[in-house]
Amino acid sequence: MDKFEIVVIGSGPGGMSAASHAAELGVSHVLLEASPKHSNTIQKYQKGKHVMDTPTKLPLRSPLDFEAGTREYILDKWEEGMTATSTNILYKSEAASIEGSKGDFTITLKNGDKVGAKFIILGIGVQGNPRKLPCPGAEFEHIQYQLDDPEEYNNERIAIVGAGDAAIENAVGLAKQNTVCIINRRDEFARAKQGNLDSITQHISDGMIECHYESNPARIEENPSDESRYLFYLSTPTGETPVPVDRVIARLGAIPQRKLVESFGIEFPNDSPTALPELSSQYESNVPGMYIIGALGGYPLIKQAMNQGYEVVEYIQGNDIEPADHPLFVEAFDGLPYDKNVNEILEYLHEASPLYQNINPLTFREFILDSKVQEVSDGDRLCVQGEFTDTFFVVVDGSAYVKLPGVGEFRFKPGDFFGEQSLISGRRRTATVYAGEGCVVVETPRRTMVKLQNSVEAVKRVLDEAFMLRAVQSKFTPNTAHSRLVDLVHNTELKLFNAGENIYTEGEEGDDVHLIRLGSVTSVKHTSKKDIITSYMPVGHYFGESGALGDGVRGDTARANVRTETICLSKESFLSLLEMEPGMQTEVQGHVRDRLTIEARMEAQPRGGELMSFFMSEGLGEGTDVLLIDETLCVGCDNCEKACAESHDGNSRLNREAGESFANMHVPIACRHCEHPHCMKDCPPDAIHRASDGEVYIDKEACIGCGNCVRNCPYDVISLQKNPDEKPGLLQWLLTGSGPGPGGKQYKEGDDIKKAVKCDACKDHDSGPACVRACPTGAAMRMNPKDFVDLVGSRFGS
Amino acid sequence: MYQSITNYKGARYFWVALALSALSILAYWWHQPVNSPNGGTWLGYTLGTIGALLIVWLMLLGVRKRSYNSDLGNMQGWTSAHVYLGTALLIVATLHCGLQFGSNVHTLAYVLMVAVIFSGFFGIYAYIRYPNLMTENRAGDTMSGLLEQVQKIDERCLREAETDDLRELVESSVVGTCVGGGWWHQLNARDHSTIVVPPALNLGGRQGQTSNRDQEQVIQTLANRLSELSGGQEAGAVQHLLAAFSAKQILLRRIRRDIQIRALLKIWLYVHVPLSFGLLAALLTHIVVVFFYW
Ligand SMILES: Cc1cc2nc3c(=O)[nH]c(=O)nc-3n(C[C@H](O)[C@H](O)[C@H](O)COP(=O)(O)OP(=O)(O)OC[C@H]3O[C@@H](n4cnc5c(N)ncnc54)[C@H](O)[C@@H]3O)c2cc1C
Ligand code: HEM
Ligand code: SF4
Ligand code: SF4
Repeated sequence: MDKFEIVVIGSGPGGMSAASHAAELGVSHVLLEASPKHSNTIQKYQKGKHVMDTPTKLPLRSPLDFEAGTREYILDKWEEGMTATSTNILYKSEAASIEGSKGDFTITLKNGDKVGAKFIILGIGVQGNPRKLPCPGAEFEHIQYQLDDPEEYNNERIAIVGAGDAAIENAVGLAKQNTVCIINRRDEFARAKQGNLDSITQHISDGMIECHYESNPARIEENPSDESRYLFYLSTPTGETPVPVDRVIARLGAIPQRKLVESFGIEFPNDSPTALPELSSQYESNVPGMYIIGALGGYPLIKQAMNQGYEVVEYIQGNDIEPADHPLFVEAFDGLPYDKNVNEILEYLHEASPLYQNINPLTFREFILDSKVQEVSDGDRLCVQGEFTDTFFVVVDGSAYVKLPGVGEFRFKPGDFFGEQSLISGRRRTATVYAGEGCVVVETPRRTMVKLQNSVEAVKRVLDEAFMLRAVQSKFTPNTAHSRLVDLVHNTELKLFNAGENIYTEGEEGDDVHLIRLGSVTSVKHTSKKDIITSYMPVGHYFGESGALGDGVRGDTARANVRTETICLSKESFLSLLEMEPGMQTEVQGHVRDRLTIEARMEAQPRGGELMSFFMSEGLGEGTDVLLIDETLCVGCDNCEKACAESHDGNSRLNREAGESFANMHVPIACRHCEHPHCMKDCPPDAIHRASDGEVYIDKEACIGCGNCVRNCPYDVISLQKNPDEKPGLLQWLLTGSGPGPGGKQYKEGDDIKKAVKCDACKDHDSGPACVRACPTGAAMRMNPKDFVDLVGSRFGS
Repeated sequence: MYQSITNYKGARYFWVALALSALSILAYWWHQPVNSPNGGTWLGYTLGTIGALLIVWLMLLGVRKRSYNSDLGNMQGWTSAHVYLGTALLIVATLHCGLQFGSNVHTLAYVLMVAVIFSGFFGIYAYIRYPNLMTENRAGDTMSGLLEQVQKIDERCLREAETDDLRELVESSVVGTCVGGGWWHQLNARDHSTIVVPPALNLGGRQGQTSNRDQEQVIQTLANRLSELSGGQEAGAVQHLLAAFSAKQILLRRIRRDIQIRALLKIWLYVHVPLSFGLLAALLTHIVVVFFYW
């Protein structure tokens, strides 16, 4: 067995940079890569993809070159760099297990070979390895797990295994010029996006694609006859059937790296899929001698990964160098009223709040880099009631305060925090907070907070308790001191429900009261024929109180529209809250009465309920600003689309004709500006933000065009587009006919950079969205959840 | 919640237009010129100026429509005002000229104006009436969805045509199917599809290419073929084809109707706008002639 000083696992940008630096320093090393080529993740980008080098301000520190360019150019550069430094790389060497400890690790590869190491650097990314076909014959040549270009295949018999979006997209892409069948383990396509679902069911019903439902791969054998290359045996409920195929493409998803990484001994703080392993400020994991860099450690950009590769080798060599992001901190801390150096300020901030207590130094460093630390003048507003901002504040020095009408001021002291309500609920700010004297605050963007909550259990707990306390108080006992509620909140639970899940069902016993803190809920009544939606409740509303105040039998079914979280108060807690506040009991009874009347009215108008369910299924239940078109007014002039394109550098962000309709209401393909935007979930440069009026927008400069948001948006409203060139003005077009005219576009030659584009609700236009303003007939309109409840009422109510 | 053009903001421009018309009529009635009423009196000048300004402003709708970043009110408001004030113009201009007509450039301007206004009447009728018709006709589908369905039916028919003759028939009908076309074809929505019926299936009909309007020829040919067969595999296939072509017939009707409505919603603008440019030119000439050559 060969033994090395450093073994780097995974040749992504992080791993390659580390290994090359070790080579450069003459340290004995080997780089183990599972696939036959280096940087598998980048190899899988689309051909010709423009790779971006964000964050631009961060200097690069690596023996390998990296600057923005095409994927091919960058891969070539890395190849050259590795040759120049004589980096020792072993391909097709997938690490399967690790034993031993610092100074004496043994890595066992998938093929059984063993490699010894004093130190290990893990840079295996988060893409995971594709799940392999679990059946004999999977090793044949024409069995594959990826499809780059469907056009490459013609007149073949191809079986696609899987039922997710990737499988469907591949099957549909190949069906035109091949005979395609799709093999689905279940009896429906449940995991796919609506668009893909429609497309696959359409292709199946048209006979373009054959679908084998409830079928599992049993084995693949070579076909003795000429008919096809292989026979693919499927085990079906009625026995085993052979399917003649020339090629099998399995799209079974990727095995998350987490299991493998945990088997190496590395611990994660909780089960959340976004949880990150804890690392020291030198990237060392809980296993001494084992280091983690790049995407696996929570740094999702190429340059960050490359810098860490360099730094980690230095650290292993015992050189405590300044991290590459040091100059960024110098800039960020400029102007703060502290006479301290960067590391001292970092330490000072770290100790500023008990909330930060359990965060390790590396995470904290990154956390501060993402945040804004600033001194704010006395009386300035930090956040404004009614705005949609969702940053989170911690007071470091001085104070901040809220003005409570009639009561006076409520002060936040150093160490206190605020902003958790909007952060968690995705709704508007509930109060305006002013800076007091000598106020220094840390303002953190939503994504960083979400990441932190998922990585540090203690932070989540503290925030949740504060949230519950403040939410319950402002809803039920606005005049009662926090201290009287602490015990009650301590005994109160948060409950999470998936989209479509019933929170309780009509007729069952139950007396808990739910206060919605995330998502939205509809109340449904069963009639002899069908279910009728009778009301819609957004964040901040409570329901179930008729159970607590009445006979304890549910009179309706409460159903989560989207992923929903509630503060679940037991009957005792709820009643004791009502006792604390005089007059509350009457108010709540009034609430019950109002609701019963509304529900009765809706029940008498089942069409209204149907329209409401249509709106829910179209995402209006989680949208804050949705474009609707009244088909009885729309003349199809497409002025809305033209206006959108003309006011947004040439690309329209809405597709008027596409999208679903019901009762003459049409929901075009355009952004819903979700409360909790799915698109934000996985954006490596954190380029998607929410403006103060709630508009979700993409920062064009920051976007790297990876397409994650395109996949994550359930309403298919994002697309990757080239930036059209400037064109001649209206007058010039009118007079000389030059250029493509209003609504048309032209491109600069050789410009292939594609970036994500979507509706930004014209946040930079004072008079509002261009689509609505340009509609000559008034058919186009934007709605928030309250508007559409009113709309349903005005169409179908009495 | 939704308001049509005519109801925009409680039909406020209707009241503006009504007031303008009423004032003009009152003034006209009250004003007793020395000669018969005409454009040369002080009231004539006033009404003429108002009318000319109105025309210029009405023309500016085309500019506002394309100024997508404009903060000057929304298009619906503009259009609503355009419709009502455009109508009021009819009264203002008629009173301006005091019903003095002749065969000269002045009357040409008047006639053009009336033509523009009446084409506008058709336009507003279309804008109010046709969207409903279009939605009903499309019944939740999109144009591309309908075309796709037709394509699917074609593909299915090609697969199901069992015998050579049937295949020839289906192929020829698919190739010969046509929708849309130039303006005229779009507007009259007549089917110009053609077909060549293979001799074996052709019972005394015309040889060579014949009309397959509304898919009638294929359906007829298939029906004839079916009556010749008594059971068997071909009969099954012919039945399937008949059903498929009947479905296609209905789809094609809906597609043509959709194309027709869309065309109607646009075609009038091709009259309205050029005529309004003509009107502008005539108006300028009218003013120049009045001031310099009268
Ligand atoms: C479509 C797309 C576009 C993107 N565009 C950009 C961009 O323009 N700019 C940018 O900065 N970032 C971009 N990113 C993000 C960027 O790709 C990642 O941040 C970066 O690749 C992370 O590098 P890494 O070294 O941590 O891991 P990876 O690049 O994921 O590399 C991991 C390597 O480890 C190997 N491996 C995995 N498991 C094992 C094992 N068990 N044994 C041995 N080897 C193993 C893999 O085969 C792979 O080669 C994009 C991401 C995607 C998905
Ligand atoms: C002399 C009088 C008028 C003039 C000069 C005039 C001129 C115009 C012009 C230039 C346009 C812009 C079209 C485009 O650029 O697409 C327009 C549009 C329109 N006009 Fe008129 N118009 C007049 C009277 C009327 C009247 C009386 C009506 C209705 C009763 C009317 C209804 C419309 C409508 C509905 C539009 C379409 C708006 C759109 O789709 O954007 N017009 N007109
Ligand atoms: S892009 Fe999609 S996920 Fe993001 S806010 Fe808009 S609708 Fe929601
Ligand atoms: S905005 Fe979308 S495409 Fe751009 S970087 Fe973020 S996730 Fe990727």
